[in-house]
Amino acid sequence: MAVGAAATPTPPSVTNSEGDAAFASARPTPDDVRMADREGSRPEIVLSRLTKRYGDVCAVDDVSLEISHGEFFSLLGPSGCGKTTTLRMIGGFESPTTGTIEVAGRDVTRDPPERRPVNMVFQSYALFPHLNVFDNVAFGLRRSHVAREEVRERVAAVLALVRMEGYDRRRPDQLSGGQQQRIALARALVNRPTVLLLDEPLGALDLKLRKQLQLELKRIQQEVGITFVYVTHDQEEALTLSDRIAVMRAGKVEQLGTPETLYDSPASRFVADFIGTTNLLAGVVETVTDDDATIELVGGERCHAVAGTLAAGAAVDVSVRPEVVEILGRDGGAADIPAAFPAGDGPPGGALDGTVEQVAYLGTSVSYIVRTRGGVAVAALVPRTVGRFPAGAQVTVGWRRADALVLARAAAEEEARP
Amino acid sequence: MRRDRNRWLAATAIAFFVFLYLPIAVLILFSFNDSKRNFLWRGFTLKWYPTLFANDALIQALTVSLQVAVISVVVATVLGTLLGLGIARLRSGAAGGASDMLLLLPMVTPEIVMGVSLLLFFAQLFDGHGSIWQISIAHVTFSISYVAIIVRARAVSLDPRVEEAARDLGASPFGAFLHVTLPLVAPAVAAGALIAFALSIDDLIVTTFNAGVGSSTLPLYIYSRIRFGVTPEINAISTIVVAVTAVAMLVAWRAGAFGGRRARSGILG
Repeated sequence: MAVGAAATPTPPSVTNSEGDAAFASARPTPDDVRMADREGSRPEIVLSRLTKRYGDVCAVDDVSLEISHGEFFSLLGPSGCGKTTTLRMIGGFESPTTGTIEVAGRDVTRDPPERRPVNMVFQSYALFPHLNVFDNVAFGLRRSHVAREEVRERVAAVLALVRMEGYDRRRPDQLSGGQQQRIALARALVNRPTVLLLDEPLGALDLKLRKQLQLELKRIQQEVGITFVYVTHDQEEALTLSDRIAVMRAGKVEQLGTPETLYDSPASRFVADFIGTTNLLAGVVETVTDDDATIELVGGERCHAVAGTLAAGAAVDVSVRPEVVEILGRDGGAADIPAAFPAGDGPPGGALDGTVEQVAYLGTSVSYIVRTRGGVAVAALVPRTVGRFPAGAQVTVGWRRADALVLARAAAEEEARP
Repeated sequence: MRRDRNRWLAATAIAFFVFLYLPIAVLILFSFNDSKRNFLWRGFTLKWYPTLFANDALIQALTVSLQVAVISVVVATVLGTLLGLGIARLRSGAAGGASDMLLLLPMVTPEIVMGVSLLLFFAQLFDGHGSIWQISIAHVTFSISYVAIIVRARAVSLDPRVEEAARDLGASPFGAFLHVTLPLVAPAVAAGALIAFALSIDDLIVTTFNAGVGSSTLPLYIYSRIRFGVTPEINAISTIVVAVTAVAMLVAWRAGAFGGRRARSGILG
């Protein structure tokens, strides 16, 4: 990710020595996680080296982020990765151990929640049980002494926005979970915050309602045009909603990018595994010729991948998404694989013989798990229009070279954290 | 078998309530007795009630009792509420356990010990000889625990995010307390206040050690009159005390003081 010149505050240590100016612009800053894809956009939120420790536990570890105006930004990760703590620090409910938070160009690191231009939607909704819907939504406006008539207008408008007109007099305990969610959203939006923070707002709802509300959230975000910072552990939700996603793990940002980037070119085994489902085939780079790397998998089979920066002898994981895996029946003979398998442009990446171990019919597609001769399990997701293979059938699974992504295995990752 | 057991249970329960309430019922009944002597039923009358209000000493004692009750209820409710809210935030851990102990201790301390200790405390440190203020402070010391425990029970059931939401929406710490926390614990505060009132209005032992000349409360007056024999007048005052206390406890119960009925909204009921 390139560094946007306008949006990059030069580190003070570099500006002091003028001879280093050219070097400074060329060198990647330690927080190489900036938003530069959008030209001319000013960052709405700047987190600089944000760290939060609870005793010995480091919940958030040196996180730096820039979030642009109008962006739908997600913090995604498993529970305990620090995403909620990060959000709560932006909201002002936790104070960082070190680091700073800027919102709309102002340092708010030490400001209490009521003095920050942000509003939060809590996972538990946190509606005021003693107030009706109208008074809940009007709470923020009354605290800032908005005139009575304007309060009425703005509450009505925001209730229309979340499609809850006519519920003014209800109490929170008379509403369903989805309705409470909408009111919580309205209560935050009515204050016209610079940034809306959402802490797993759909976490407590059932799947169908969640899907429906995801679309509505996206619609509302586009209508009001403010920055959303969204915390979720649901990768599908993050992919659906976000302009950009920061995948967090153990308090650090593991990878930052658009949903497409994260899905198509994950930077690590963790991200590849966390975003969507993928086959991670462990192996060692055997030879590299030009741009083609031959990789020997754990079971002794071989496959090919784009070499990139790989060198012979490197321990790697080959990531292959189930939906790019093709499957071909073999009637006993191993030699009848057509030359054009797998179909499509470019050289083939791998073709492994194996046996169908599991079949699951998923409606529009069929999911297979194939155990190759080398003992590797490969998941394949094929349209149901392709012929079906029963469990025990002899098949060949294959994929194109361009569809396989090789992830170098960091030394620390050898002992893969759970 | 089952029916037998149920019958025994019912009989035990009835015996228990008779044992508990028969003396009070007799006391109330004889306050309507048309006789100076207490043991013979001579017919129904209401005449003892008006005579109460002609009794200056009694009116004086009642006034003292009410003054003490008002002062001690206000002070105990304010301090007990703040204490209960504070302790609710400790949640668990050593500090929580210790503060629980300290909170419960005044409730189980024998009243006579409490009375004597307060007497010594006031006499030696402030040269106090008993006054309305001294009684009031004494009453605060034992009623504060009740208020704190009731308020704490409600406060721990609140979602801490609700207060955060108030701050998030622009309320200052005090604003969040005033507009959100206080309305949500209000039923418990009211219940605590009513219990503090009931405790104060009929306390005898602690009051005995802290009352001085001219600061006799109603229970003290009743006790002193009993030495000259139980008259229907005493019965009548006692009936009023029982009625007032019972109403206070009933309202407290309705407000959810004993966890029986959860008030849904902020205000009573």
